[in-house]
Amino acid sequence: MQINDLISHTSEWLKGIGPNSDVVISSRIRLARNLNKFPFPHWASKAQLNAVLEASSQALEKVPLLKKSTLFVLANLDSIDKQFLVERHLMSIEHTQKTEQKAVLVNDEENIAVMINEEDHLRIQLMQSGFNLFEAWEIISGIDDCLAKLLDYAYLDDFGYLTACPTNTGTGMRGSVMLHLPALVMSRQIERVLAAIAKLSFTTRGLYGEGTQASGNFFQISNQVSLGHSESEIIENINGLIRQIIEQETQAREIMLTKSKAVLEDRINRSLGILKSARIITSQETIELLSMVRLGSDLGMIKDIDRRTINELFIITQPAHLQKLEQVKLSSDQRDLKRAELIRKKLNLL
Amino acid sequence: MLCDVCNKNPATVHLTEIIDEQMNELHLCEDCARHKSAAMEQQFGLSDLLAGMADFEKPSTKEEEVVTIKCPSCGLTYADFKKIGRLGCGECYNAFRKYLAPLLKRIHGSNQHIGKNPTKVKAITKLSRKKVGLSELKNQLQKAISQEAFEEAARLRDQIKAMEDKKEKES
Repeated sequence: MQINDLISHTSEWLKGIGPNSDVVISSRIRLARNLNKFPFPHWASKAQLNAVLEASSQALEKVPLLKKSTLFVLANLDSIDKQFLVERHLMSIEHTQKTEQKAVLVNDEENIAVMINEEDHLRIQLMQSGFNLFEAWEIISGIDDCLAKLLDYAYLDDFGYLTACPTNTGTGMRGSVMLHLPALVMSRQIERVLAAIAKLSFTTRGLYGEGTQASGNFFQISNQVSLGHSESEIIENINGLIRQIIEQETQAREIMLTKSKAVLEDRINRSLGILKSARIITSQETIELLSMVRLGSDLGMIKDIDRRTINELFIITQPAHLQKLEQVKLSSDQRDLKRAELIRKKLNLL
Repeated sequence: MLCDVCNKNPATVHLTEIIDEQMNELHLCEDCARHKSAAMEQQFGLSDLLAGMADFEKPSTKEEEVVTIKCPSCGLTYADFKKIGRLGCGECYNAFRKYLAPLLKRIHGSNQHIGKNPTKVKAITKLSRKKVGLSELKNQLQKAISQEAFEEAARLRDQIKAMEDKKEKES
């Protein structure tokens, strides 16, 4: 598989199916693992990083679930390709920096990605559509079991899996759920919800993980604590919190529907109208308007556009995706024109 | 809402300053926020926080020991860790155990791992290839508890819970 092959198909997790998929976009589990006897990436020499890259990629080849996958060596990719992978949530922004001896393995279904030599030697992630952390855990744990037999992990009985940053030590696990909370934002309840989340030692981030702002009513919530609880306990804790947030969002949507249906309908249809007719549009505006259209689709106000199409539009209207589709480098102004054109085409065809 | 300074761009950065117990709210666009304070650019990152927390670990004994204590495997000193907020290798955890154990406790509320274990995985997978049923797992759990093999018991408990949750979801 080549980078260019990715653009023509949709990632598994974008399907818009699975439990609670009206509020939950995706569930993600990632495990941080390091190899014994090798310094962590930031402290390792080039030769050591090379050895880690080689040992890891060889082991990954032997994992049955990863039979159909491709290893992208980042030093061979240009900046648009790298950004493209970030936009598809296959790797972090951090992984695009200082790319020597870094790689990312992606399976054909695009729900599993393994970053090599990011902050830790291995960052294994699995994305699922909808609210589905336990299933994600079972799959990723199976992959981890295979790798544990092939690689010598850095591990201590008392501290667990050892990671470069002590905030990941222990299980090395981070579970994240991407939520779409337009009704909580519109009814100005979101600040209260986010404050409560922070108090419970969970983190809220934006669409693209660490260091990104929440935008277009999307919030990624994940556990902070990785040591002292088993993986299933951590997941159960996240699930408990997410269930409550889903309930609050659903309630807020119901209240809006009964109290201000006309206003809501107006806003949703205006958003769709702009998307269908705009000639110039920024990615920020696109995200905000698509968020409203998604809400409209979830509430049954928009019937002819399905969730999958909307999810897809979120991704393909991002800067690197547009440039990949056009196969030329585009300035920001040119992108705004092309973006509007692409959205019009997609939405008016339906 | 427009930026308080330039009144042109939408305000995306909201600052609350507390000066002499007076609370000021400032709504700025990204550009003005950047101009407003170079200090804001210099993000107060996780490594600063960790370094700050690590500072509390200064024991009553010799301070110098903390700074010069060095990982025999990778050569990273505790002072390096305090500066960059990252450890050098797995062995660092042993080398700095005295200082890391309380630090981990402060971060996670515990410094005792009770999750997966890669050596167990190696040993166990051969057995569990045959699908072990829920009742069999429960028997094993009872046995582990009676033998006071608590680590094993915790692992079995999690496994049972995961299976039960799955069942519940399916039904």
